[in-house]
Amino acid sequence: MHDLQCESLSKRFGAYTAVNSVSFNVPRGSFFSILGPSGCGKTTLMRMIAGFEEPTSGDIRIKGKSVLSTPPNKRPVKMVFQHLALFPMMNVGENIAYGLRCRGENKADISRKVAAVLDRVGLPGTQEKQVAQLSGGQKQRIAIARCMVLEPDVLLLDEPLGALDLKLRERMKIELKQLQHQFETTFLYITHDQSEALLMSDNVAVMNAGQFEQIGSPQELYNDPKTGFVAGFVGDSNRWPGRALSVSDGKVRVALDGGGEAIAQAGDDRIAAGSAVELFVRPEVLSVGAGSENRLAGTVESLLFNGASSRILVRSQGGNLVEVGQAVMDGTGRIVPGAAVDIGWSHGHGRCFSVSR
Amino acid sequence: MPRTDIGKLSFILLFAPFALWIVLLIILPQLGIGYISLREKVGPGEYTFGLANYAAFVSEPIYWNTLLRTAWMSILVTVMALIIGFPVAYYIAKIAQRRSRAALFLMCLIPLWVSDLVRAFGWIVILRETGLVSSFLQKIGLISGPVEFLYNDATVVMGLVYTVVLFMIVPLVSTLDGMDNSLIEAGYNLGGSRLTVFRRIVVPYAMPGIVAGCIIVFMLTAGSYLTPILLGGKNSMWFTEQIYEQFVTRYNWESGATFGVLLLVFTSFVVWLGLRLTGQNLASTVAKD
Amino acid sequence: MNVAAPQSSFLRWVYRFYMLAFLVYLAAPLFAAGMFAFNDSMFPALPWNGFTLDWFFSSTEPKIGMFHDRRLLRGLQNSLIIGVAVSALAVAAGTCNAFLFERKQFPGKNIFYIMMIVPLVIPGVILGISILVFASMIANGLEETFGIEWDFLRPGIFLVILGQFSFLTTITSLVIGARLRKFDIALEEAALNLGATRLRVLMTVTLPYLMPALFSAFVVAFLVSFENFNTTLMLVGSDAPLTITMYDRMVKVGSTPVLNAVSFFLMVGSGLLALLSVVVQRGGNKEA
Repeated sequence: MHDLQCESLSKRFGAYTAVNSVSFNVPRGSFFSILGPSGCGKTTLMRMIAGFEEPTSGDIRIKGKSVLSTPPNKRPVKMVFQHLALFPMMNVGENIAYGLRCRGENKADISRKVAAVLDRVGLPGTQEKQVAQLSGGQKQRIAIARCMVLEPDVLLLDEPLGALDLKLRERMKIELKQLQHQFETTFLYITHDQSEALLMSDNVAVMNAGQFEQIGSPQELYNDPKTGFVAGFVGDSNRWPGRALSVSDGKVRVALDGGGEAIAQAGDDRIAAGSAVELFVRPEVLSVGAGSENRLAGTVESLLFNGASSRILVRSQGGNLVEVGQAVMDGTGRIVPGAAVDIGWSHGHGRCFSVSR
Repeated sequence: MPRTDIGKLSFILLFAPFALWIVLLIILPQLGIGYISLREKVGPGEYTFGLANYAAFVSEPIYWNTLLRTAWMSILVTVMALIIGFPVAYYIAKIAQRRSRAALFLMCLIPLWVSDLVRAFGWIVILRETGLVSSFLQKIGLISGPVEFLYNDATVVMGLVYTVVLFMIVPLVSTLDGMDNSLIEAGYNLGGSRLTVFRRIVVPYAMPGIVAGCIIVFMLTAGSYLTPILLGGKNSMWFTEQIYEQFVTRYNWESGATFGVLLLVFTSFVVWLGLRLTGQNLASTVAKD
Repeated sequence: MNVAAPQSSFLRWVYRFYMLAFLVYLAAPLFAAGMFAFNDSMFPALPWNGFTLDWFFSSTEPKIGMFHDRRLLRGLQNSLIIGVAVSALAVAAGTCNAFLFERKQFPGKNIFYIMMIVPLVIPGVILGISILVFASMIANGLEETFGIEWDFLRPGIFLVILGQFSFLTTITSLVIGARLRKFDIALEEAALNLGATRLRVLMTVTLPYLMPALFSAFVVAFLVSFENFNTTLMLVGSDAPLTITMYDRMVKVGSTPVLNAVSFFLMVGSGLLALLSVVVQRGGNKEA
């Protein structure tokens, strides 16, 4: 059973197509993210689901029923806004009670429900506080509580962590995931931050230029990207242009621009001998030293220390810059700027996508 | 689509009061005085149309002299308000400490809310023959008998500057307030002298405020009535006084309307010229806050 | 160090002295006008004969205090009626204009916006005569063609209200529009999303947010209306507001300390109102 279904949904503003025939299903109780760069149409998509924009074509179904003719204030989807949109002229309790009052529920029920939902988001007894008195994380939870008290079928979240500082953002990611678990409600989360999407979601749709590039679990997107865009956008990756020499058995031999050869998995079936391709290799599968299936020779340019995600920057002989993920950098090794090194990785770890030039 | 219907309906509901206001209270009345100004009474209930009223204005030196005098003094008052007001605005925006700034600004604003009449009355109490200045000067023996300080041009200009200088200060403060001190620092750092920094950095930055202030001040001065009459006496030769006289005392609406049109055309022309020369536009200068 | 300030201490003192002189210039006439309200004398002039409140409260000739002067009180009452009516109208129209120009897109919007500003740069005397002329034209036309007498189109309180409304609406539109521009439209969408009807969104979210601006627009309009002279002078009938009554008194009778008393009353009243509006405005901005 799906809580939310979108079917060839499109939105055009004049000649500009913001959302281009997007279809997806969100299973009940799951955490679904739409990941894409700014301007890819993800906000328009969410606003159509909430009812603030009318689709040019296509259908939106919630619990199997089309909501296209339902006005935004009658839809069973609630939304957490980018800047939360807590009402500054009301206190916390009034903010949460707002939707219940609109439904015309009686006073006793309202105050009972408000207290209960505040309990669940871990802020019991804060009804009388002013919104301005809350911290960023607390505001976040109130914004979610304000929606959840109405028991929506789907909760939409529009980059709600964007305004928070880095530390708090890290904590809120985990907290959001826990809240979703606790409420067992379907969350549709929009973000341009791939780490947010990967960390919290059951499924992620990667969106680019108004279209979905790929829908899958975070592991699938990371390990088995279906397009060059996904391979480049999800996680860090080295990206080298080149030309396919031969294709056989799902493997491509690539001549890299500027020199060097490698064998990689074919990412799509449009690759033929002689066609232009891009090779994607993640930094963490690269290692310095001999003995791998693919090899590139180069010179260490600099060492970027950042704890567990430290990098070695190597300039290959062909002129490409290579990021090598190497956690250990105690300074005693022979890897110093200027040193000649070999970089290696196995055939299965590289991925090749065709490029339309 | 029902939603676009709601949009249209609310647009009409919002536009209607605006249109009624602008058409009934601004456009049609202005056309009305334009129409009356072209009319000449030849007998009871009989009128001809033409430029006779304007011809009368041109052929009667006292009329156009009054207009010229009003214009000239308004420009003088505007310049003086700028010269007097700029240092004050600069002090409030750039020199005063945070706390005294708000207090100073408020002190400058409070007279703004006191009627012209009260302010002019205050000057009368101070400056007339039996007023404070005259009494004080007699007491310290500087003059032997009472002296009248009212009813001369200097007093009129002083009083007008007093009435309008706040309208110069307010836009200047809000523009200067937005200027980052680092701009001045950069000016010095790059080798500018006090004068060049002021001329090349501060003044250009404050230009929108200066233009806005000058326009408002000029309009208010040219259209003022109370201050010139009360401080300048009945012979102050102010153009609005002529309009009032034609309308109310002589009941000659035709020539009063002509004068009104001339004043409006003249002030609009000056405002237009000011905006043109400084490259500003009306909406951004007047509607800034 | 404040780079914007003069660097030599001599110049700094000169500057401070200038500021002081300016403030004295600002305060002098207000002080003079207010001071003689309390002088126990028949004329607003020196010498100082001792403190009295007679010019406010005395009910016996020759010193009739302002609160016993029937004409001044009627003027005050007229001013209040005009002020409240015109401010309420101007705030209502200004709110509509604010929504029109901040929320709606329509062809010719820029031109209409300039038209909205224009009344502020038309001299008040001209607004007065033009409305007088136009109203009289309508009234005369009605009388001649249909024989209808519409007296409210002749000089009087109604025309004064129209005349002041014609330029106060620009001021209120600008004040309210400035606040509406800062309003985050997501608040309305959030309320809609939580199930509120459009009317409810307006009543519970948008208007409460605008409240400080509505209030201060009302106060500003009221104060400007109360002190307005130029436009009012041309439109006034037998029910003159306070400023006109006071002017008449000044020109016809000459100045007596009762006028100082009225001045003092006006200064204190408008000072307090203006201060209140500033405080409310501050509070509103802080919360937003």
